[in-house]
Amino acid sequence: MRRTLALLLCLAPALAGAEAGWAPLPGGEFRSVLRYEDTGGVVKVAAFELQRRPVTNADFLAFVKRHPQWQRGHAPTVFAEPRYLERWKGPLDPGPQATPAQPVVQVSWFAAQAYCEARGARLPTWSEWEYAAAADATRADARSDPAWRERILAWYSVPSGSALPDVGRSPADVHGVQDLHGLVWEWVEDHSAMLVSGDNRDQGDPDQMRFCGAGALSMDDRENYAVLMRVAMLSALEGRDTTRNLGFRCARDPSPARGRTP
Amino acid sequence: MIALTWPLLAALLLALPVPGLAAAELPGDSLYLLQDRFTDQSGKAFSLADRRGKPQVVAMFYTSCRYICPLIVDSAKGVDHALTPAERARLGVLLISIDPSRDDTAALASVARKRGLDPARWTLARTDAGTVRRVAAMLGVRYRALADGEFNHTSALGLLDAQGRVVARTERLGPIPDPAFLAAVKSTLAASGKRRVK
Repeated sequence: MRRTLALLLCLAPALAGAEAGWAPLPGGEFRSVLRYEDTGGVVKVAAFELQRRPVTNADFLAFVKRHPQWQRGHAPTVFAEPRYLERWKGPLDPGPQATPAQPVVQVSWFAAQAYCEARGARLPTWSEWEYAAAADATRADARSDPAWRERILAWYSVPSGSALPDVGRSPADVHGVQDLHGLVWEWVEDHSAMLVSGDNRDQGDPDQMRFCGAGALSMDDRENYAVLMRVAMLSALEGRDTTRNLGFRCARDPSPARGRTP
Repeated sequence: MIALTWPLLAALLLALPVPGLAAAELPGDSLYLLQDRFTDQSGKAFSLADRRGKPQVVAMFYTSCRYICPLIVDSAKGVDHALTPAERARLGVLLISIDPSRDDTAALASVARKRGLDPARWTLARTDAGTVRRVAAMLGVRYRALADGEFNHTSALGLLDAQGRVVARTERLGPIPDPAFLAAVKSTLAASGKRRVK
């Protein structure tokens, strides 16, 4: 009996903070919605692993317990604006407005990056995120399917005032990843790198002097409105910003030493 | 805002014994809260908080950049030249590479030598890719690696006060300094000088 109890006690924290694990993504050449002059819109995505679900309030609570410097009230304003984790009841109590299985939101890019680094991971790059988000249940790239686009766009018409659903409610895609669309916006490692400059006609603009090198950007796929909205939103944010529907998940390079992950 | 903060801060610092100065808590908006490690052009490791107490002009660059990056060095030099020798002695210049995979210590040292940058006051620094992204975010610099190994990046000079807070910023580059930025450098140096004399 005592042994069982001890075993349960050992398991309990693991279960409470249970993350959904990692999905391996094969990578490859990928046509990005961002067509930079230097890439022609085709980016090479190396094989990587992505968390199957967004990070939840329970996951993030476990993190701030271990890393007090990221608790609300401790995180300096240079890394997290005053609205950081604002809806949590207390610094160590998410409370009824942020239930354990809901995705954590109102986290800054610095905090998200710190969370991933603490687990030996990182935030996905935009290319990785976009590549992953192109999949549906049967195809790695479903983007040309009008039904796929409509389903995703439908999410954007849901008023954002309603409570966030729990993670893991949507069907897994072909890679085993869930919730890339339809739940929250997600931070990417290089969100500030997407130097959106409308189109190539800005060449003579004095603002171009701000950029060292060429690399003008245009949007390749004007019909992929849902993804373009992400780009616009993410590139407008500063690293310390937080919003009520912006969360994150981590990525990592596949490691032979790590072996196959479930 | 700054005018309000300085007397307060000065009072606070005066109340502290000198050894306590370094240990005193940094303000919440200080870049010096970043704990990551950097390496300078001589291979010496440092962290940003080591620069506390001395205002800094900060920019991001990379050594293989042919057009705008030399202009960044010119701009920092322009600020330098517009100062009195006494002011200059109290200002540090910190240039951080956005290209850590190619900008090793030797590459940084080579630029410092070619451009005649006084190692006592000019630091050319490198760090890991994650930290580069963090520093860039703090300085409001945006960059993206291009397919050919060059970078696309915004160019700016930032001014940090003695506590590591960004108190001025300019994207007007060139050997003739942006007058507003130069004025901010002078007033920040004056404020830090006054505190030191007291």
